[in-house]
Amino acid sequence: MKTFRLGGVHPSENKLSAASPIKQAELPKQAVFSTYQHIGAPAKPVVAKGDVVKVGTLLAEADGFVSAPVYSSVSGKVAKVDAIVDASGYRRPAIFVDVEGDEWDESIDRSQTLVKLSDRPDLTPQEIVAKIKAAGVVGMGGATFPCHVKLSPPPGTKAEYVIINAVECEPYLTADHRLMLEKPDEILVGVALIMKAVGVTKGFIGIENNKPDAIRLMTEKAAAYPEIEIVPLQVKYPQGGEKQLIQAVIGREVPAPPAIPIHVGAVVQNVGTAFAIYEAVMKNKPLVERVITVTGKSLQSPTNFLARIGTPMSTLIDACGGLPEDTGKVIGGGPMMGKALLNLDVPVCKGSSGLLIMNEKEARRGEEQPCIRCAKCVGACPMGLEPYLLATTSAFRNWEKAEQNNIVSCIECGSCQFTCPSNRQLLDNIRVGKSTVMGLIRARNAKK
Amino acid sequence: MKKFIVSLSPHVHSTDSVQRNMYGVCIALIPALLASLVFFGLGALIVLLASVIACVFFEWAIAKYILKMQRTTVCDGSAVLTGLLLGFNLPSNLPLWIIVIGALVAIGVGKMTFGGLGCNPFNPALVGRVFLLVSFPVQMTTWPVSGQLTAYTDAATAATPLAVMKEAIKAGDPSVLDKLPDAVSMLVGQTGGCLGEVSALALVIGLIYMLCRRIITWHIPVSILATVFVLSGVFHLSNPIYASPDAVLMSGGLMLGACFMATDYVTSPMTPKGQVIYGVSIGLITVIIRTFGAYPEGMSFAILIMNAFTPLINNYCKPKTFGEVTKK
Amino acid sequence: MNLILIAVIVLGIVGLVAAAVLYAASKKFAVYEDPRISQVAEVLPQANCGGCGYPGCSGFAGACVKAADNGSLEGYLCPVGGQAVMERVASILGMSVSASAPKVAVVRCNGTCENRPRIASFDGVRSCRVALMTGTGETACAFGCLGCGDCVNVCQFGAIRINPETGIAEVDEELCTACGACVKTCPRKIIELRPKGPKGRRMVVKCVNRDKGAVANKVCKASCIGCGKCVKTCPFEAITLSSNLAYIDPEKCKLCRKCEEACPKNAIQAVNFPPRKPKPAPETAAPAGRPQAETQTVSEAPRPAQTEGKENA
Repeated sequence: MKTFRLGGVHPSENKLSAASPIKQAELPKQAVFSTYQHIGAPAKPVVAKGDVVKVGTLLAEADGFVSAPVYSSVSGKVAKVDAIVDASGYRRPAIFVDVEGDEWDESIDRSQTLVKLSDRPDLTPQEIVAKIKAAGVVGMGGATFPCHVKLSPPPGTKAEYVIINAVECEPYLTADHRLMLEKPDEILVGVALIMKAVGVTKGFIGIENNKPDAIRLMTEKAAAYPEIEIVPLQVKYPQGGEKQLIQAVIGREVPAPPAIPIHVGAVVQNVGTAFAIYEAVMKNKPLVERVITVTGKSLQSPTNFLARIGTPMSTLIDACGGLPEDTGKVIGGGPMMGKALLNLDVPVCKGSSGLLIMNEKEARRGEEQPCIRCAKCVGACPMGLEPYLLATTSAFRNWEKAEQNNIVSCIECGSCQFTCPSNRQLLDNIRVGKSTVMGLIRARNAKK
Repeated sequence: MKKFIVSLSPHVHSTDSVQRNMYGVCIALIPALLASLVFFGLGALIVLLASVIACVFFEWAIAKYILKMQRTTVCDGSAVLTGLLLGFNLPSNLPLWIIVIGALVAIGVGKMTFGGLGCNPFNPALVGRVFLLVSFPVQMTTWPVSGQLTAYTDAATAATPLAVMKEAIKAGDPSVLDKLPDAVSMLVGQTGGCLGEVSALALVIGLIYMLCRRIITWHIPVSILATVFVLSGVFHLSNPIYASPDAVLMSGGLMLGACFMATDYVTSPMTPKGQVIYGVSIGLITVIIRTFGAYPEGMSFAILIMNAFTPLINNYCKPKTFGEVTKK
Repeated sequence: MNLILIAVIVLGIVGLVAAAVLYAASKKFAVYEDPRISQVAEVLPQANCGGCGYPGCSGFAGACVKAADNGSLEGYLCPVGGQAVMERVASILGMSVSASAPKVAVVRCNGTCENRPRIASFDGVRSCRVALMTGTGETACAFGCLGCGDCVNVCQFGAIRINPETGIAEVDEELCTACGACVKTCPRKIIELRPKGPKGRRMVVKCVNRDKGAVANKVCKASCIGCGKCVKTCPFEAITLSSNLAYIDPEKCKLCRKCEEACPKNAIQAVNFPPRKPKPAPETAAPAGRPQAETQTVSEAPRPAQTEGKENA
């Protein structure tokens, strides 16, 4: 069975909510829309206090090419345009909407009927990309890179394959898994749309084989699409990393930064993105809701929700039986790459794939011991780096040596720190080094 | 409002720990420990106990009273391991006071002077052993014959296979090699020698255990053993005064060194490529010392020499970074 | 005799070859060194203490020459030789002596544990830059001191420390040489080099929070809310308000202390002034927070072990 070549670790899967079907989350009393739900320039608010909005009303427009618009996911009145501490931990401009009823914009097709690509033969690639761009679809796996940018290959590059990331290698998370089980046809149409948009004839969907039911169902459904192949992959973290997935599926290695996947002919999209693209193009529905896993060992009932974007996390936790007494840490995303949240007012945003509640005991890091030079971090690094060395060079501010040792190639997957027997906080230091070195490189390039 | 903990990812840990690795190696040493008790009885017990207790004591005392460290590393098992390995490298009739000196040098000079766990450039147990070897050559090279279960300092001694091999080379007479014990008894351990090195079989069991539990990788032991086998095979074929490769592999401290001493985390290279270079070099140096040197055994020197090269190997043997192939 | 001759000839040839190689090498690999560097190095104290942050006096001389070529010697100071030496250096390099008033690093945050409640507990490497990556850090203030001591680590003079009681950085004025290392390091740009002022007296806005007043008010008791009262009070127009934050221009400030009284949140502090006589006048500002300002530089507290923060490094 295929997998990526270098390193990797096997964290306990803990897919607590794998068997729980996707549940429609309750509407919140107030929804909050950060204008910063994607990588790139923040969106520019186009509404003011007192404006009446419906589901699908534009709240903030994209500001530049690498940006994405934000739509209202609820109907009601704009309470204020202010700021909120969002999942990133920073205070960002946001639009607050008081919810009244649930009225949808007329242009959105809310029927459940499947619209196939063959039903819409008139769609041109340009139209598809334009619709995706207008709907504000971003990478739903957590990276939140505006989708239309990836679908517009820079000049001089040619896409050969579309690879769909349905790996979900993060422990605990099951959002993509459930989505595949419940919306397989829609996903496949979405994949076909992506392939048409970038003009390729071969698509792969990579699924780790800890989801045999999803592999079976998708293979069955994909029989109708000869150009789409389901690729079962051996379970190994971080298979969902873009570069790792490309290597696992088509065996090509993306060169070190600044090269991007398109340089080896691959366009990678998350399975949730494929679904969002289907809805955006075929149903005319902007990105207003997403599947999010709310989970944790001490949580009463871990659930997968279809939640409106802007719903406060606390609403979702209440729907799972409330915040447990012994909560130590709340993580937006998975345990390997997620971000610890400061409070529960943080709204669901386009990139929120999960919400993980950890109890006090799980949450604390172990006591740091001296490095015993066991080289387990070297063995675990999926990028073939030497984490122990990068961490020390960063700690001693030896940026030059850090750069020589390719610190910028680090994908911050956390495998090194996960595996370290001495509980060393390798990635903390490496992150500081990486951001410094990247700053130095930028400064150098700017001078040239 | 409740105070949450904030930290950067990853938020989970593999639960692997220093203790698990150190005691894992100790567990891997149990077959060899049992073998040494079976062959040397009381002597083995006294030597091992003395060595372990002395090592742990020195580690604790130095950390607490000389270095004044906040927390000592006594509990992590590294001192116990050093003590066990030092004991395995000593003859079973060694007087207690020599053992204590060995432990002091191993822990005090070999480890704590550099800052304790993780900072030492040389394998502490080997520093102790080599110190004793050059300071007390007579006591360190008279090995009791195995099977004397109750004898300690009064045990009868005999020539080891290594001494026989050396004698054969000196005399230039292949018939001297007939004095070597047969292969089976060398494998199981019916020969003279240091405590831990008599039974190659027990050591291999320990090695397999460590590989299965992923405490170490195969690179170092396999590259050492393969190099020694090939090189001594070449010598043996070119001239029968040199012992056959299987006898070379099973004699002396080679197995113990390849499985447990050279694989020490702190003093071995970090990358697989570096580890192979390190292993091959140790094998080469060992065979050269055994064949041409003054000492019958060269394993400890080979490992210490390569320990010194470890930083250099680390500096030059970089792992291949992801995507490097296409960079050309 | 013959033997001696051979030896002499052989040695002579070896010597000649070596000389030729050395000559060629010195020509080929010659590194041009600016003659001014050695001139500057000569006037330096040659203590090679590294206190300036450069490897020895010649390293510092090189840095000075480079800085002079870039137009300014600002921020370059030999802590051993002081201003006198720097003047000589400047004259060698043909720079005008920046006869600026002596400066000192000032931590513009008073978000003590008491003033600024901790809303989360940070777990990880004790470094401000790591804490910054988690978001606002342990407090809700997105601008204040993170208290992990990156500035402590870079200070060559042990002049800055994290006060364990307040959890924020504190500068020892006696030891501070105004080298600016902490200013460059602080990821939140809280530390500023300000003129020491006459007798070390100066007025400082001890806050850099640029959030709106309501937000700033909520996260910290001692935050500047941008109300502008100080701006109106100041008779010398020394205070400006930009993005909800007051700033006192040290050049214009006449140390009248009116702003201190006007500030409703005690964000403006008077440093090194003698204790004020209690006035029975109707004063709104509570004097409770004041004594802290006066005692700020009393260095009775144990000097920080310089390695304190470095252990994490």
